[in-house]
Amino acid sequence: MCLAVPARVEALDEATAMAVVSLDGIRKEVSTQLLEQVAIGDYVLIHVGFALERIDPVEAAKTLALFAELRAMDGNA
Amino acid sequence: MKYIDEFRDGDTARLLAGLIHKEVSPDRNYRLMEFCGGHTHAIFRFGIVDLMPENVRFVHGPGCPVCVLPAGRIEAAIRLAESSDIILCTYADLMRVPAGKKDSLHKARARGADIRMIYSATDALAIAQANPERQVVFFAIGFETTTPPTAAVIRIAAAMALTNFTVFCNHVLTPPAMAHILASGEASIDGILGPSHVSTIIGSQAYADCCAQYRMPLVIAGFEPVDVIQSTLLLIRQINEGIHRVENQYTRAVSASGNRKAKALMDEIFELRPRFEWRGLGELPDSALAIRHTYAAFDAEKRFHMAPVTTTDIKGCICPAVLRGVSNPDECKLFGTVCTPEEPKGACMVSSEGACAAYYSYGRFRAEVTS
Ligand code: SF4
Repeated sequence: MCLAVPARVEALDEATAMAVVSLDGIRKEVSTQLLEQVAIGDYVLIHVGFALERIDPVEAAKTLALFAELRAMDGNA
Repeated sequence: MKYIDEFRDGDTARLLAGLIHKEVSPDRNYRLMEFCGGHTHAIFRFGIVDLMPENVRFVHGPGCPVCVLPAGRIEAAIRLAESSDIILCTYADLMRVPAGKKDSLHKARARGADIRMIYSATDALAIAQANPERQVVFFAIGFETTTPPTAAVIRIAAAMALTNFTVFCNHVLTPPAMAHILASGEASIDGILGPSHVSTIIGSQAYADCCAQYRMPLVIAGFEPVDVIQSTLLLIRQINEGIHRVENQYTRAVSASGNRKAKALMDEIFELRPRFEWRGLGELPDSALAIRHTYAAFDAEKRFHMAPVTTTDIKGCICPAVLRGVSNPDECKLFGTVCTPEEPKGACMVSSEGACAAYYSYGRFRAEVTS
């Protein structure tokens, strides 16, 4: 039940605090009222029809860079 | 899909698992509790158990919302749905959970009660608006992940001055349950994989006291397999170094303080319940939420004077011990024979996040998944 899936924000309606997100090509309407800020193109975590949080692209990139380093080290081994 | 595929990469998973094999000390065991049922599911679905050394064991925790909800609460909802002309709305996971006397919401619906499955909390609100002549009750359950959406719909209902919408609130809190498990010491664990999306809301700091008090290493872990394996490595490193701190692997979605707006909203709508009964853990103080007095008009327990109901779980079901991390599902005599996902006898077999369902669905095929 605590599963939340990342989806891209495609459209925003600030008046109603609703967004259209796309999830693997499927478009869905979700509420953005739990978010402090959100912009089109952001990835957000969707749970029971609400966006819970924005995914931080900088932090995600840091984690992925660490994995890339690990694979590079393995390639050189 | 972005932010999913990268964290399911098989090479990265194998490299991280390789580091775990290299770094574990052969003369000790590592008993790691994944608190959250979503992690239990990932560990089985992606065959993570099979990538681990013999002495690294996952102990399954109580983080499965339908599993920890005692049957009496479901029984109370069924009685309400059958005694008055209400529409009861609930998330799909709850429908087949056994209530007392082999009953379930699913069976109550078959008998004629108006019980509707919803996907979003806002669906319940829409049903209330579409049926102004009927009372609509939202049977809300879940940990901190699911609570802010419930808070949001109560606030909307208040703003719209809806008079036919109430919530049967069963929201529970993660840190008190964790503290209880650590205080009892029954599960004898060496480290905790912390929840993903509960932590998105409450933040990594929320575990600081509990970890310090019980000197317990904790790593907040994302839900994808690479997240889980990396977090396991981080836990093993803490254990090897003899340190205990709250570490955050899931930095892309969890901050130290969590989602402030969601927390403020929860605080506006809910207050602590002095006591709440959990399946497996018993009655825990300050471990669940009730609707604040200011929003009492939206509290189903108050509007319908719902009386507490106690029922007993089916004989032989060891869900309570499974939820405390004391027993494994395959130690249950009913597992896989009398109790299956098609004919569940206990809550842990119903929910896809339940440990029994994970054992049943993936346990037997694990060898194939990893090959
Ligand atoms: S296998 Fe079924 S009966 Fe046994 S503990 Fe799990 S849910 Fe309960």
